[in-house]
Amino acid sequence: MAVKRRIAYRLLVDPVRCDGFGHCAELAPELIHLDEWGYPLIATEPFPANDREALRSAHLAVRGCPRSALRLEKVNLA
Amino acid sequence: MTTANQVARVLHGALDRPRTYDEHLELYGPAPASGHLISQVIASGLTGRGGAAFPTGRKLELLRAQRSGAAFVVVNAMEGEPAAHKDRTLLAKNPHLVLDGAVAIANALDADRVIVCTAREHESTIAHLTRAIAERPTRSRRSPTIELHTPPGRYVAGEESALVHWLNDHETLPQYRPTKPHILRIGRSPVLVDNAETHAHVALIARYGADWFKSVGTSTRPGTMIVSLTGAVPSPRVLEVACGTPLRTILNAVGADAPAAFLLGGYGGTWVSGTAIDTGFDDESLRPFGGTTGPGIVVALPHAACGVAETARIVAFMARESARQCGPCAFGLPAMADDLALLVAGRDAGDALARLTSRASVIEGRGACRHPDGVVRLVRSALSVFARDVAAHADGRPCAFAQTSRVAHVPRAVAQEELEWQ
Repeated sequence: MAVKRRIAYRLLVDPVRCDGFGHCAELAPELIHLDEWGYPLIATEPFPANDREALRSAHLAVRGCPRSALRLEKVNLA
Repeated sequence: MTTANQVARVLHGALDRPRTYDEHLELYGPAPASGHLISQVIASGLTGRGGAAFPTGRKLELLRAQRSGAAFVVVNAMEGEPAAHKDRTLLAKNPHLVLDGAVAIANALDADRVIVCTAREHESTIAHLTRAIAERPTRSRRSPTIELHTPPGRYVAGEESALVHWLNDHETLPQYRPTKPHILRIGRSPVLVDNAETHAHVALIARYGADWFKSVGTSTRPGTMIVSLTGAVPSPRVLEVACGTPLRTILNAVGADAPAAFLLGGYGGTWVSGTAIDTGFDDESLRPFGGTTGPGIVVALPHAACGVAETARIVAFMARESARQCGPCAFGLPAMADDLALLVAGRDAGDALARLTSRASVIEGRGACRHPDGVVRLVRSALSVFARDVAAHADGRPCAFAQTSRVAHVPRAVAQEELEWQ
């Protein structure tokens, strides 16, 4: 349990691939907002691995991106 | 004209034409066999002269640690900054010093190809390089081949990932590089990209050693750097000075008076108040002012000019020069340029100012390259250094120079079809 808590995730967008479809903000509204031009503003703070809801949304956003521009990155918190 | 702080090293023995290979050997002697080049460069403390000031020695170590195939050595003389002329000047004076440095690095890394890149618009530089490359002996089995490449000269084309992208696919578009440090590759082979001036310093370190290199400059920025000086000066000048030379000394060397403000580091750089005139021109001394030397750019803003209007002109140029790959840059920079234009004219200027501040935070850090971040830095520094002017403009009372200010050199907008990125 102690080990699990130190692992977190964060979403990263490849800004070159991203074309501003905006699906990600609908699939993961707790993690992604859109700027005035429709491009994603992603929460910079990683979310803990035990936040099942966030993890599920993040996976949906990654899979739902028509440009495959999103990536889920594992972060080891010290 | 030479003052105590003007130190000609890479511009040593500059003639009014390029030094030929024979004249170069006469002046500098033959290039030494590179025994300990990388350790010498590390000990010298040389940092990249293209703007990012990354330690050159560490970059060399990083490349040497790569195991996959031969490395390419790239000389970046794209010089897309409109206020810079140093790489072209260096190549018009001592082209063989630049090539010596690249060859020495290639030998140290076991690379068999040196690629020199300059923008295709720089016609005389292309002529100088073509002649210099042809003059060099090719007999030695040890020496790498030297090729000249001429990508189109857009502002971001000289960004190193855009340059390598060109060498791979003939597209001058920056690449997304999430992991740092990122090794750029041509095909599968790792590539070392350094600014032309950096290569020239390496050539001198190979000859005279690290201690000689450190004998001028500051402890954090040893050696010399070439400065491009424009704006409120009798005529635009390129001069080599010891790193950390006070701005006042640099201006005095060309007979210029104290300006109202300085634009330092280029069009993605920082406005610094004229009160900083006694500050040394090196990154550590400039840190309290939020400035960096970038690729050695100083634009002196005269008192009879409008810093807000200059910023608006520069940002409009930078917005046009966006590669338009990343949404926040493609849409955000034109939006900032429009708001700056409103601020200059004093129309709806209060709202424009509020939007500028909030959009700066939205745009920052969201491009594949640092192009949008540079514009954000420039705009923020303008809002702070010219705070009084900005307030007057925002109140609908633009200054007397707002419509006539033309200090920073901004290339004319080219026809839209030419701007299409291929």
